[in-house]
Amino acid sequence: MATSYEVNRQKEKTPISELDPAERAKTFDEVALGYTEEEAVAEARRCIQCPNTPCVSGCPVGVPIPRFVEQVAEGNFARAYAIVKSANSLPAICGRVCPQETQCEGVCTRGRNGEPVAIGRLERFTSDWAFAHPDEAAAAMDGLREECAAGDELACSIWRGAEGAVSQDLAGKRVAVVGSGPASLTCAGELVKRGCDITVFEALHKVGGVLTYGIPEFRLPKDLVQREVAKLGDKGVSFEVNALVGKLYDIDELMEDRGFDAVFVGTGAGLPSYLGIEGEGLNGVSVASELLTRVNLMKAYQFPEYETPVYAGKKCVVVGGGNVAMDAARTAKRLGADVTVVYRRGREEMPARAEEVHHAEQEGIKFQLLTNPVRILGDDNGWACGVECVRMELGEPDASGRRRPTAVEGSEFVIDIDMLVVAAGSKTNPLIAKTTPGLEVTPRSLIVADERTGATSKPGVFAGGDAVIGAATVILAMGAGKRAAAGIAEYLTQG
Amino acid sequence: MYPIERVEPLNAEVTRMVVRAPEIARKIRPGQFIMLRIDERGERIPLTMNECDPEAGTVTIVFQAVGATTMRLAQLKAGDALLDFAGPLGNPTELEGARRACVIGGGLGTAIAYPQAKWLHEHGCEVDVITGFRNKDLILLEDEINACSARQIIMTDDGSNGNKGLVTQALQQRIDEGADYDLVLAVGPVIMMKFVAATTRPYGIKTLVSMNPLMIDGTGMCGGCRVKVGDEYLHACVDGPDFDGHLVDYDGAMRRGVMYRSFESAAREAAEGRDCNGGADGERKGA
Ligand SMILES: Cc1cc2nc3c(=O)[nH]c(=O)nc-3n(C[C@H](O)[C@H](O)[C@H](O)COP(=O)(O)OP(=O)(O)OC[C@H]3O[C@@H](n4cnc5c(N)ncnc54)[C@H](O)[C@@H]3O)c2cc1C
Ligand SMILES: Cc1cc2nc3c(=O)[nH]c(=O)nc-3n(C[C@H](O)[C@H](O)[C@H](O)COP(=O)(O)OP(=O)(O)OC[C@H]3O[C@@H](n4cnc5c(N)ncnc54)[C@H](O)[C@@H]3O)c2cc1C
Ligand code: SF4
Ligand code: SF4
Ligand code: FES
Repeated sequence: MATSYEVNRQKEKTPISELDPAERAKTFDEVALGYTEEEAVAEARRCIQCPNTPCVSGCPVGVPIPRFVEQVAEGNFARAYAIVKSANSLPAICGRVCPQETQCEGVCTRGRNGEPVAIGRLERFTSDWAFAHPDEAAAAMDGLREECAAGDELACSIWRGAEGAVSQDLAGKRVAVVGSGPASLTCAGELVKRGCDITVFEALHKVGGVLTYGIPEFRLPKDLVQREVAKLGDKGVSFEVNALVGKLYDIDELMEDRGFDAVFVGTGAGLPSYLGIEGEGLNGVSVASELLTRVNLMKAYQFPEYETPVYAGKKCVVVGGGNVAMDAARTAKRLGADVTVVYRRGREEMPARAEEVHHAEQEGIKFQLLTNPVRILGDDNGWACGVECVRMELGEPDASGRRRPTAVEGSEFVIDIDMLVVAAGSKTNPLIAKTTPGLEVTPRSLIVADERTGATSKPGVFAGGDAVIGAATVILAMGAGKRAAAGIAEYLTQG
Repeated sequence: MYPIERVEPLNAEVTRMVVRAPEIARKIRPGQFIMLRIDERGERIPLTMNECDPEAGTVTIVFQAVGATTMRLAQLKAGDALLDFAGPLGNPTELEGARRACVIGGGLGTAIAYPQAKWLHEHGCEVDVITGFRNKDLILLEDEINACSARQIIMTDDGSNGNKGLVTQALQQRIDEGADYDLVLAVGPVIMMKFVAATTRPYGIKTLVSMNPLMIDGTGMCGGCRVKVGDEYLHACVDGPDFDGHLVDYDGAMRRGVMYRSFESAAREAAEGRDCNGGADGERKGA
């Protein structure tokens, strides 16, 4: 295996500096501080440049990982950034929130004997570096364009992916993008490159989808999301906020009255699921998105400077084991609660990113695994005061391959609470389905869309992201947005 | 930005405001609401469309100053602008087909119920409007309602308008007099809607109530506005705000309604430990 640098044989990832757990559990500042240049170079040198590049196949958007890591190892940070950008339009975000352990890093060769290369952290490093050095990053892009013009194929493929106009023949075509999460932002970004006139319609007053209202500041600073949005604005994408499609306009009106040639629907899976147990109507019980929306979108953690309040108790139980549960738990902790996560399966089965579970533990959040809530108890005032739980054991694997938990008889016990947050998943909001005749949806309101092109049953209407596959990940939503952009381009050039 | 075109106090607590929002004005129907934010630091609050003028491109709201946002809103002047104004939200009230309706407004709810009464009146329905206020100085939209109803009955708690009593008494009297309503619509405090529904239940009169739970996003995402209707939780912002009055869990709604009231007054106090035998007044202990 040929590397142009001396491989760093260190078995563990180069440590990343983080805020002290006790201190950070009181603030909403970002937890992981990122690599310095020296740390990034040291970590990049752990990559052994595998010829068969397993890591690339682990990445849903095919970031050319060894190519960019090699540039980091050599100290060419601007070029590393350009290479990452070729496949991933939001690297600063993915570097922070991708579940790397089940994707790129999960199949990294170095992980077989020690820890994998910290691909996510390196990806984050390159984009944070590029943000701090905009001129050099721009020069690296220009450099690629020149190399491409001079006939360098590798440079061409990178340049085209990152910035280059695939074709400009979509000039004059107008596309409406509904929703502004990662699927929509990616789709808008890809189409604006091709010369389309794009308007994004967002129901809330701020753009970004879950990146803005769901994932907390301490994991994904909101400035960074708005920075990506501003870049799209600079390229000519228009944003209409406060525009709930299905109410203010429906999709037929966008196409017929407002003259859009095609529509991309990236409305996510925002409708909350409940546990369906007794006591969910009690005061002090909320779903995670209420807590997170108050805190992230409305900045309730800065109450009363920001006018939206948020209720935080002293003894909080969060029910669930995904990213949403971890975010809710760590948010409640920061608001002053003592937090216990109750999850019905085991540690191994938790769908949350490993790093977040680790961070939550460091911050003093307790876990009651293999435990299921059966009812919420209320006091005379109608406030939640306890949650009755039952122990679970794992049985045979079910259709999804996960082992099905079953209740252990007689194992009931009560946890004292004054706050309970339900993070039991989410569903697709049926609004678009109800107001768009001819749009085929599944019984669960998921929009039916072609996997390759994003095309739905309604001509000119495309869809992708959580609205199509149900609650998933940022990178999958981005991949779907990108494929739909290509699908839309194809549709518009044929039509 | 959404420019404010006119501001007019209707009484000491209630303000009428006309806001420029042409796209919403074209679309919004009786029963639907908007959510506004005054500025970057403001809260998102829901307010119901009171009137709309698609030609002028304006939406009128009527609101009662009860807390931080509505008090601040009442201070704004024509020429100022609101940062966010999102709508139409919620579903239009299902009014089609009603022949003999009774529209009931409690306090500020009168302003919310007015567009429904007007719509019914304009669509050939015979409309009685019963409203209730604490005293005669708080009476709202008397002239407007006169213009769109067969009968207007105004009740006051203190009898200062010469008609002391509750809206439910007036409703019962009308039913006893033989008014065979096919629709009763009630908008006002939850407790009032609860008793209106109790009044109509024995007669099986279709009764719609307009629920006004706390809302955060207004798009069906946060679950904050959930109301128990029959066996299920529904979201007032996307499934409502009107629900079958005979199925709503009013006690649950009242309890949830005060959740933030007590929180707000106690916001800065450390919440004290509470056990399963807490105090007795429906609000948080320590509040
Ligand atoms: C708390 C939380 C933490 C998460 N953590 C991670 C993580 O660490 N890593 C990861 O990979 N994934 C994570 N996810 C999942 C990830 O955020 C989602 O899979 C992803 O955001 C989906 O993107 P999307 O573009 O499909 O939709 P969304 O991001 O959901 O955006 C949809 C947008 O559409 C808007 N909208 C909806 N309906 C309409 C309408 N009718 N008209 C106009 N606008 C509308 C919504 O307001 C929203 O802004 C997390 C999710 C949550 C909730
Ligand atoms: C669908 C809908 C339509 C509405 N339409 C109107 C309208 O047309 N005109 C109008 O004046 N009000 C209306 N409301 C109520 C209005 O939204 C609240 O009065 C407002 O949010 C209060 O905000 P604030 O910041 O001024 O007060 P806050 O400081 O938030 O609250 C002040 C006090 O009012 C209570 N409160 C807050 N929100 C509500 C609520 N939703 N219902 C009952 N009590 C509440 C609080 O507990 C507190 O005691 C509507 C509510 C809903 C859900
Ligand atoms: S986009 Fe996500 S999966 Fe792909 S390389 Fe980056 S961190 Fe890994
Ligand atoms: S699998 Fe790991 S070591 Fe191999 S090229 Fe990819 S990042 Fe480098
Ligand atoms: S206000 Fe959030 S779901 Fe209705």
